[in-house]
Amino acid sequence: MIGPFKTRRRPFAYPGEEIRLTGDTPSPRPTREPDASTKGLETGRLRLLVTACLFGLAFSVITGRLVQLMVLSSTGTSTVATPSEAPPLEARMARADIVDRNGLVLATNLPTVNLVADTRAVPERDLMRAIRVLPTLFPDLTSEELADRLVPGRAFVYLRRNLTPIEQQAVNDLGIPGLHFERAERRVYPAGRLVAHVVGATDIDNQGIAGIEDAFDDRLSSSEKPLRLSIDLRLQHAAHQVLSDAIDHFEAIGGAALVMDVHTAEVLAMVSLPDYEPEKIGEASEDARFNRATLGVYELGSVFKVFNTALALDAGLPLTDTFDAAKPIRIARFTITDFHPERRALSIPEILMHSSNIGSARMAMVVGPERQQAFLKRMGLLDPIPFELPEVGRPLVPQVWRDINAMTISFGHGLSVTPLHLITGVSALINGGTLHPPTLLKTDPATMPPGQKVFSEQNSMRLRAMMRLVVEGGSGRNADVEGYYVGGKTGSAEKQLKGGGYAKDSVLTSFIAGFPISDPQYVVLVILDDPKAVKGTYGFRTAGWNATPAAGRLIAEVAPLLGVTPTHHSPEGHFDATVIRQVGLKVEDGEDKHLAAR
Amino acid sequence: MTFRVVTAPAPPPPPPPVPRPVQAPAQTSFTRLDTSLLGRWWWTVDWVLLGAIGLLIALGLLLILAAGPPAAGRIGAGTYHFVQRQIVFVPVAVVVMLAISVLPVLWVRRFAVMAFAFFMLALVATPFLGANVNGAVRWIPLGPFALQPSEFIKPTFAVVAAWMFAADRTQAQFPGTLISIGLMALVGALLVAQPDFGMTMVIASVWGTQFFLAGLSLFWVALLAATGIGGAVLAYHALPHVQSRVDRFLDPASGDQYQIRQSMRAFVEGGWFGRGPGEGRVKQYLPDAHTDFIFAVAGEEFGLFLCLLIVALFGFIIVRAAVRLRRETSLFVLLAAGGLLTQIGLQAFINMASSLSLIPTKGMTLPFISYGGSSLLSTALSMGMILALTRRRAPGDPL
Repeated sequence: MIGPFKTRRRPFAYPGEEIRLTGDTPSPRPTREPDASTKGLETGRLRLLVTACLFGLAFSVITGRLVQLMVLSSTGTSTVATPSEAPPLEARMARADIVDRNGLVLATNLPTVNLVADTRAVPERDLMRAIRVLPTLFPDLTSEELADRLVPGRAFVYLRRNLTPIEQQAVNDLGIPGLHFERAERRVYPAGRLVAHVVGATDIDNQGIAGIEDAFDDRLSSSEKPLRLSIDLRLQHAAHQVLSDAIDHFEAIGGAALVMDVHTAEVLAMVSLPDYEPEKIGEASEDARFNRATLGVYELGSVFKVFNTALALDAGLPLTDTFDAAKPIRIARFTITDFHPERRALSIPEILMHSSNIGSARMAMVVGPERQQAFLKRMGLLDPIPFELPEVGRPLVPQVWRDINAMTISFGHGLSVTPLHLITGVSALINGGTLHPPTLLKTDPATMPPGQKVFSEQNSMRLRAMMRLVVEGGSGRNADVEGYYVGGKTGSAEKQLKGGGYAKDSVLTSFIAGFPISDPQYVVLVILDDPKAVKGTYGFRTAGWNATPAAGRLIAEVAPLLGVTPTHHSPEGHFDATVIRQVGLKVEDGEDKHLAAR
Repeated sequence: MTFRVVTAPAPPPPPPPVPRPVQAPAQTSFTRLDTSLLGRWWWTVDWVLLGAIGLLIALGLLLILAAGPPAAGRIGAGTYHFVQRQIVFVPVAVVVMLAISVLPVLWVRRFAVMAFAFFMLALVATPFLGANVNGAVRWIPLGPFALQPSEFIKPTFAVVAAWMFAADRTQAQFPGTLISIGLMALVGALLVAQPDFGMTMVIASVWGTQFFLAGLSLFWVALLAATGIGGAVLAYHALPHVQSRVDRFLDPASGDQYQIRQSMRAFVEGGWFGRGPGEGRVKQYLPDAHTDFIFAVAGEEFGLFLCLLIVALFGFIIVRAAVRLRRETSLFVLLAAGGLLTQIGLQAFINMASSLSLIPTKGMTLPFISYGGSSLLSTALSMGMILALTRRRAPGDPL
């Protein structure tokens, strides 16, 4: 080997001299190839020629294929006389419809035609007329633009995509030769923005780019069988209406609403606002295309106390255990306070009803951070949720799970999850303790996989009783709907600022509710992003005044559609007598045991 | 082959003792007596090879004019977005290629080693500086352009590997082969991490070919080939997107073959002479008409003859260079040029065979023809080095 710094200058060999040097006479320059490598060199040269021949062979195959395709299977250019006679280039299967659980169409294909011109066939006089008249039929075309495109001698010029039959007739009536129609299809969304974040949208080539259209792109383009979703369009409409009314009324910047079947985890309605028209997704802002229900992760605040209470029950703490909530907790540089301080020791049901941060933190510390982490992991709150949509957010989980994390997580800060996580977890807690992965596809309860047991039947019943207490005597009063026996929990989280810390005047409010809570069938979740204090809320912007009444209205609208029979509910017969007494629920005879329990 | 021998100038006739011009006659710029770098280049470079490359580049510009505008319209850029950018890239690529072809062999090696080291650092830095496109981080943004370090690892690694294999043969007790295996593992690991399986496959195939050229015994060749096939089978079972592509290739009914059907149709429509410039339709329907499927655009608009010309040019370049190397006395030159030729040939083959549905679809650019700055510059780098390595050298000249 020649070292990098050795001299490399050699006298220049004139052409001819070279030939002389390699002749029969021994070379004056000794060759530096040792004998061993000369043999290697021979092999190398031979093998290089073999490699080149292999490439020659490969390229011959390509040549053969080209001839086969372009000469032997080509029937000649005469068959492609005009685009309308030629079979459409995209002679592919129509993309399958997407329908709701009752078969109503959410996305389908509309056959349309594209207007194309073969300017070789247009007489010059007609060309000028086309340039003049077409803009009167299609105001989005201008004469200048047409003059640019309608250059004589072009066999194929696109003039306009997706003509309606009336427009097609109008063009036909012009009687201009050389204007042709190309068959095409267009994806249309009859439900429009109602299902935007569920169904998603396709691009100009009918390929899915968001939502179900993206997630099931292969399925939709390979089969014509409609894809049936779990969504119920009637519920979707109610959720959309309630949520947009609430956003308008409370001047929020956005929100999300979900309705889920607690036994199958089917999502019956899913709305994220602001939203967009699926057919015009290209014009939608990034904010409008952002799915707050499944992609956004939030510190959800006090609604998380449902999980914290469940954790305490799961750890075997009796309902009557009390925790000192007399004074704020000071830990590290934080101070944990209560929004409505009771300044006394509170039992587990009281902590949930008064939404005591101090009591929740003390409860979490009694159970311990490790057990808390394991429980939340079991509930699926620490991992991305398995879901059909491509827009799925990853929870923000603390790197190290210290005491302070355990305390803040107990009341819903320091752990960010998607609203879908919340509703799926709460469904599992109140349905008797079985966690099912959420789904957007219609599910047959008979064939669905069994789900994962995460919580005991007994504890599920106790938790439901406490969620009823929140609606009877706590911040959830505004969600109570006569006859449907609602149970739930409010949450008002101070929003995190981008640079860290929390905004004092900007909140994310939410209400999660199951109904009828005595034997839950459905769970609803309403989240409002940055609602303001408006007339009628007495200066408050907390969940009890905005998300809660909205959830109540949503329940009142969807419960009849879902076939839930309104009855005069009484806790007796649904909850154990001891639980009713310990929790302090109202019973039918009007005797106010709730107050009597004090 | 034209071997222009200039006979030594006869002594001038004494009568008119005019001073003889030092310059050569007007049509050639260099005399054979000129021993400057450029002068030697002029007389030793393979002009036929250079001509073939020039023709390919010209065809590339013609085809980007056809395929660029619809692709630009699809992403909402100006009509000539891709054309304009390619017109900027092409002269840069030509200059890079010619400049590298001037280098003496020793300097080709030094250049490749330094560039390899530089781009390896860039490859390591890519996950931190790069932009995530479709789930893979391969590009480092540089102002209006983006740099793909792996494109430049490809040719420079071929030269480094050639050096190591050659040194193993010519230097006693130098563990060149082991170093080469280690480098291959490192490059492969970095690329798979991105993930970029296509690039890994090309680099590994080139490296395997060089190992073969370096005189690997046929037993090990068989074993290496088996490993390659095993890797492909593993990829098929472990990676869902690979599996879906292969399944769709083997059984077109099983899934969407949209791109490939459009491409095949384009060739059929093209026939002998094509539909004519600008009259192609497939480019309206294929998202990758300006890169992976430019061969289909060529077929539809310009017909069989242009396609055959492109195939013939690639075949010619490989065979011509291989023939020129048949008397090569330096193992390094043989291996380096052989590796670079394999790389160009493999890329051209995969691209053309994909769009003809001879093999499962694999996104790969057609050298010198497809749109793309990194790809064009990397091809220019490879061809520049091939030109430098195939220049005539005096026998016995070690490097």
